[in-house]
Amino acid sequence: MKKILTSLALLGLVVVGVETASTGAIAAEEAHNAAAPTHFPIDQPKEMDWSFAGPFGTYDKAQLQRGLKVYKEVCAACHSMNLVAFRTLEGLGYSEGQVKTLAAEYTIHDGPNDAGDMFDRPGKPSDYFPAPFANEQAAAASNGGAAPPDMSLLAKARGVERGFPRFVFDIFTQYAQGGPDYIHSLLTGYDETPPAGMVIPEGTHYNPYFLSGVSLKMPKPLSDGQVTYDDGAPQTVDQYSRDVSAFLMWAAEPHMEDRKKTGFRVLVFLLLFGALVYLTKRKVWEGVTH
Amino acid sequence: MSATDTQDPNRRDFLYIATGMAAVVGAGAVAWPFIDQMRPDASTLALASVEVDVASLTPGMSLIVKWRGKPVVVRNRTEQEMKDGEAVNLAELKDPIARNANLPADAPATDANRTTPGKEAWMVMVQVCTHLGCIPLGQEGEFGGWFCPCHGSVYDTAGRIRQGPAPENMAVPVFKFISDTKILIG
Amino acid sequence: MSEGHSTYTPKTGIERWFDARMPLPRMVYDSFIAYPVPRNLNYAWTFGGILAIMLVSQILTGIVLAMHYTADTTLAFDSVEKIMRDVNSGWLLRYLHSNGASFFFVAVYIHIFRGLYYGSYKAPRELLWILGCIIYLLMMATGFMGYVLPWGQMSFWGATVITGFFSAIPLVGNWIQELLLGGFAVDNPTLNRFFALHYLLPFMIAGVVVLHVWALHVVGQSNPTGIEVKSKTDTVAFTPYATIKDAFGMIVFLFVFAYFVFYLPNYLGHPDNYTIADPLKTPAHIVPEWYFLPFYAILRAITFNIGPINSKLGGVLCMFGAIVMLFLVPWLDTSKVRSAVYRPWYKLFFWLFVADAVLLGWLGSQPAEGSYVFMAQMATLFYFVFFLVALPVLGLIETPRRLPNSITEAVLEKNKGGGHHPAGATAAPETKG
Repeated sequence: MKKILTSLALLGLVVVGVETASTGAIAAEEAHNAAAPTHFPIDQPKEMDWSFAGPFGTYDKAQLQRGLKVYKEVCAACHSMNLVAFRTLEGLGYSEGQVKTLAAEYTIHDGPNDAGDMFDRPGKPSDYFPAPFANEQAAAASNGGAAPPDMSLLAKARGVERGFPRFVFDIFTQYAQGGPDYIHSLLTGYDETPPAGMVIPEGTHYNPYFLSGVSLKMPKPLSDGQVTYDDGAPQTVDQYSRDVSAFLMWAAEPHMEDRKKTGFRVLVFLLLFGALVYLTKRKVWEGVTH
Repeated sequence: MSATDTQDPNRRDFLYIATGMAAVVGAGAVAWPFIDQMRPDASTLALASVEVDVASLTPGMSLIVKWRGKPVVVRNRTEQEMKDGEAVNLAELKDPIARNANLPADAPATDANRTTPGKEAWMVMVQVCTHLGCIPLGQEGEFGGWFCPCHGSVYDTAGRIRQGPAPENMAVPVFKFISDTKILIG
Repeated sequence: MSEGHSTYTPKTGIERWFDARMPLPRMVYDSFIAYPVPRNLNYAWTFGGILAIMLVSQILTGIVLAMHYTADTTLAFDSVEKIMRDVNSGWLLRYLHSNGASFFFVAVYIHIFRGLYYGSYKAPRELLWILGCIIYLLMMATGFMGYVLPWGQMSFWGATVITGFFSAIPLVGNWIQELLLGGFAVDNPTLNRFFALHYLLPFMIAGVVVLHVWALHVVGQSNPTGIEVKSKTDTVAFTPYATIKDAFGMIVFLFVFAYFVFYLPNYLGHPDNYTIADPLKTPAHIVPEWYFLPFYAILRAITFNIGPINSKLGGVLCMFGAIVMLFLVPWLDTSKVRSAVYRPWYKLFFWLFVADAVLLGWLGSQPAEGSYVFMAQMATLFYFVFFLVALPVLGLIETPRRLPNSITEAVLEKNKGGGHHPAGATAAPETKG
């Protein structure tokens, strides 16, 4: 056993050595070329404190409700959220009645009716958030050629490579907030000035946190005071970004609290059961040299 | 664990039993999600109620809506049909229970108990034969009610079974008039 | 199955009735109760059992997922999300299945490395080893096709790249690729056939597992010393000794598995697979699932033409060659001694090989550029050197350490040697090494 451990440690050292050698080389390469970077994002996302992080993390319902408000008033103008049904908003702490009212604010294109015509009606809890554009082509045409991505899964569909050795530590710290960290950094990363000499393509906006280039088509979406909060939370871009990122995490993983709660029970059970089996195993093997 | 434990068979048996019990509990807990996933999912349950506009139904007309994947008939009965329904002697009925989800489970199958108070002309009923699930035809058969072509069950104008192999009256779902012209089913 | 020396004696009338008609109780008794196993097996030997429960778990969760999944390009992605959001316990079953695939591979890699370390593939266990290699191949096919089903970006582009391997074959390559895809690109016909095959292959795996266990029970288990069982004192009965030890190994493994399922369910996946497949847009950085990464690194390492073989075909040949090596191991290793415990040089090369495989895996996840390419080429070279040079040559030139005469002797020696470990007091058996 000791030898296996020693070997593993050696193995780790070899990998670390190779890793530092190569990343060092790449970092040096990039330092020469701040104006024309080849690896994105230029800056790593900032790690925030999220209420839903860690083994006992839970969603902050007030924050989710504020995030929903930001989504409704800002993001929803361009971004669909096709997979999220109004009925699930009860997970944000709304009552059934509130969800009904909320759903009724939306107009749903439905049909055909008995006469064969399509018609508009107020939304019901069983409906899904209606998309702002009729189809992907329309969405792309209205947004400079790039359709804004659907937001239902955005918080799980975005994430920056963690790199060695962070991805090893992530196992123990249970880091699973790459998505919200990224979204928050991107939303608050618009005000930085590009390095001298960097070419920003026409019609795009520089953002050092953007995952796949120096700039993106989406202009800075949030500004201070844009959305009115009625719970006294600060009305700043930073707060909006945190709230909407948390909301998007919920939208992507609505059963997260349930999952972590079940997980705790399962692990405790396995621990106790494992201890019993271990004791039984010792009893069974007692007197047998092996 | 000291050496004395081995000389105590009760202690050893206890360990074996505890381990065995834990294994059984674990197996049961693992089995649950596999059964649980078969139940109707959240999106199915969300569609469990429908609203029907019945403004266009004059006496003698019916419409059928799909509710929980089954046809629900809404019939504005004629005077004659209501009279036929009321005239039936309850003792003649094959199934004397109302089978109305809005009433207690033992309510008798009077014509009124098959409808809702104040709206006795309206039959709202799951139009599925209680024999083996076929869809009976409306306004056919000996009693002027419904007739199931699959195995010949005959229902009267209040949807009560009168002849044939079906055991029960057709089911009346949970429903209410939310206005004079709108019914909420489910 | 243990060569006809059945010790089963039916006790009740029912047992006798069965035994005369279909001796299933006898078979179970001989294979899983009385079956003799070497007494010195360490926890590395519990991975066979662990793999069995992983296979069962994958089949069970897979069948219930199939009850909710729709294999149609327009609906597949949404149907998976419906499982995650609306189906009761759906998120649990889906995360169990997707992480289960990864942990199935974790277990199989430990199982394979165990075999390599202790020389478990040597005569008379060559067929046992080859059946295991076939299971591994089937697992790779199943894992790959399963990854296509959620119809995310990685599903789509992974399928495109992997079916692209076949287009490297001269003359008939394109024809074979179109045959596999059912079209000119990955599309609905591809998704449908992958779903059908993904459902079928696990049952074929189960079939080969039966053969694998059969072959095992004919030749008996190997053990850390690599010395064959010589007398009854070398063995213990499968039940309760091996069963309870396997059970403990399983629980420890399941603990780690559950940790990932409940706390890091997307750790081993890729964010891009939460974006629906778009045939017009390749993600910036496509990588296969982690368990294919070493082979992926080998594939990409061949950036040069080798004589008449162009780099594309060369990469594909090297990648498949890397798997073929495993099949040849029983004949590449020339050593008369099985276990690395008694082979100092082989032990060194074994651990270098493990490091090399890990390195290849890590390189497979990195972009193929700059110094990574050269490192991948060197690591690929070592991979083949291990099989084609180290295995045959070491067996001829290495002087093994003195072997004990029997398993019993080895066990007694070990327990005596420790001084402060009186015989019988060692609770957890040490992994020998």
